[in-house]
Amino acid sequence: MAYVAVKGGREAIENAARAFRFEQVKGESSPLAVEQIREQLSLAVDRVMGEGALYAPDFAALAIKQTSGDLLEASFMLRAFCTTQPRLGYSLPQSAAEMRVIRRISAAFKEIPGGQILGPTGDYLLRLLNFDLATEDDAGHRQVRERLLAEIPSAEPLPESFPKIVEMLHREGLLMREDNSRKQQDIFDVTREALSFPASRSAALQSMARAETGGLLALAYSNMRGFGMVHPTVGELRVGYMPVRVMNPYTESPELVGEVKVTEAEIISECREGSGEKPRFTLGYGLCFGHNETKAISMAVLDRSTLAAEPSTPSEDQEFVLLHTDGIEAVGFCNHFKLPHYVTFQSALDRLRKSQEEKE
Amino acid sequence: MVKFSDWFDSSLNASIHAVYSFAFIDEGAKREIRRKTLKAVAIPGYQVPFGSRDMPVARGWGTGGLQLTLSLIGTDDILKVIDQGSDESVNAVNIRQFVERVTSVQTTEDTTRATVIQTRHRIPEEHLKDGQILVFQVPIPEPLRDVEPSERETRRMHAEADYSRMWLFLYEDIVRYREISIGARYPVMVNGRYIMDPSPIPRWDVPRLHQADTLYLFGAGREKRIYAIPPHTRVEPLEFEDHRFRVEDFSGRRCTRCGRDDTYLDELIDDASGTRVYTCSDTSYCAKTEREKAV
Repeated sequence: MAYVAVKGGREAIENAARAFRFEQVKGESSPLAVEQIREQLSLAVDRVMGEGALYAPDFAALAIKQTSGDLLEASFMLRAFCTTQPRLGYSLPQSAAEMRVIRRISAAFKEIPGGQILGPTGDYLLRLLNFDLATEDDAGHRQVRERLLAEIPSAEPLPESFPKIVEMLHREGLLMREDNSRKQQDIFDVTREALSFPASRSAALQSMARAETGGLLALAYSNMRGFGMVHPTVGELRVGYMPVRVMNPYTESPELVGEVKVTEAEIISECREGSGEKPRFTLGYGLCFGHNETKAISMAVLDRSTLAAEPSTPSEDQEFVLLHTDGIEAVGFCNHFKLPHYVTFQSALDRLRKSQEEKE
Repeated sequence: MVKFSDWFDSSLNASIHAVYSFAFIDEGAKREIRRKTLKAVAIPGYQVPFGSRDMPVARGWGTGGLQLTLSLIGTDDILKVIDQGSDESVNAVNIRQFVERVTSVQTTEDTTRATVIQTRHRIPEEHLKDGQILVFQVPIPEPLRDVEPSERETRRMHAEADYSRMWLFLYEDIVRYREISIGARYPVMVNGRYIMDPSPIPRWDVPRLHQADTLYLFGAGREKRIYAIPPHTRVEPLEFEDHRFRVEDFSGRRCTRCGRDDTYLDELIDDASGTRVYTCSDTSYCAKTEREKAV
């Protein structure tokens, strides 16, 4: 009777792992260096760090290599790695006004204080395949770099920081104020506690900062397209480096320990009237690790859409949004249906047969 | 702290003990999981939220059970892992190998020898004793999920013991199909208070939850819930006076391997003849029976 394996599970999965590894090495090309991935596939690295919720470019690049470029799997590896590390502390809250900006734009105003800085973006590139890249070698790579550096027009260096557009709107009384009275110790930690609903804003923002780009995009798009009411104006979108500061336990003064690249989006949406107050615009906020504008904007739209008191679409329902956009949870559950389910199927068969008998 | 360069060489092999702590999860997290487990034991059938950690095994593949096992296991424990009743099912092998690697504990296929048994979808056929712990992997901890999708609402329903919609669901099923359509994952009432999802075990196993000698722990990693049935707890499947709970009907069938007619059976289609045959779902018990018969 050869239809069911009684023994051999161990051997089977070991062989499957070998076959998977073989797929990576069967071609004749030289192995990818982790640093090549980090430098040349930086947007993939950024995405993995964001969804894996760990700012570690080298580990992210390694994970991308190890998973043959499956970014969900790579993010998953970073998360699993975090589990093995103790929690040493929390960094201090930081205003994005301190960001060392490499790109910032506002769709709300033609001119903004500090100016529109396009920075490194592919937004206005024609999506035409560049066949030169197909044959690029080391020398060509270097030449391009040197030429680009030589061609850069001598511009004044960017200022250390830029004023926040949203702050201007606040000063003019055009925006609803968020309640910022909560202290730092009230900040929820989604890695240490299970979400409960309604989730606090800190819990919601953390969840979305870790969420899968595609998941956030799908729900945000549903809202913008018609199953919702958020018609976003990008108040400000920034990409740049945020300082990370922690409190020195001995001197009790803040210490700069490094910086992380982030994308921040603030979207302005339709006005609302508070009770007995003047109508004001409302704001949606998005921030994620790395350069990932789609994610930051989607997050900002969903931050705003889930403020709805009476949700009438999926993207307005906080529980719906937060519980279904975590890529690592979703992908795990989706794929678990590949596991054997014959015991439960047998149980269902028993019910069906009995029910069919009853009908006869 | 491990240097970055070390990570290039440590592919979860010999160096794993140097790199990862005993039982993988950091000690602070283990302590939290144990505390939540104690709470679960103190309130039978109540789903305790916990800060579920990311495991190197995918969500939905047993991470809740795995976190319970890893937080409880000590060096003198003997571990058994099954999936669909089988020790050799690929996912069971994977989980057992992982726990072995990060703890070096002894493993066994013999239900009676194990101190901790992690399971997916079955309770072993052999009697479980005082001192053994059965850890269930749970995909959907919420028994009310099929009648109410919102977590916020189901939490309220549990708090108020508002279970009318569940009863109505069962009643409508009977009206429609003359049978309750739930196969596995049959809802139970625990200690007369909470309706609980017993994980996707077949109904065959449900009576084993009642007044057991063993501690049953349930872990849902993705949904971040732990719950428990302590030993000697009242566990009743939901049923009506005029429509009783019934287990799967295997009458007239027996295992073609060991010959038993008192176990949960897997139905197989024979390649050659195309006929249906049956074998025990609990493979180690089946093998034990065969060995005993051979003696």
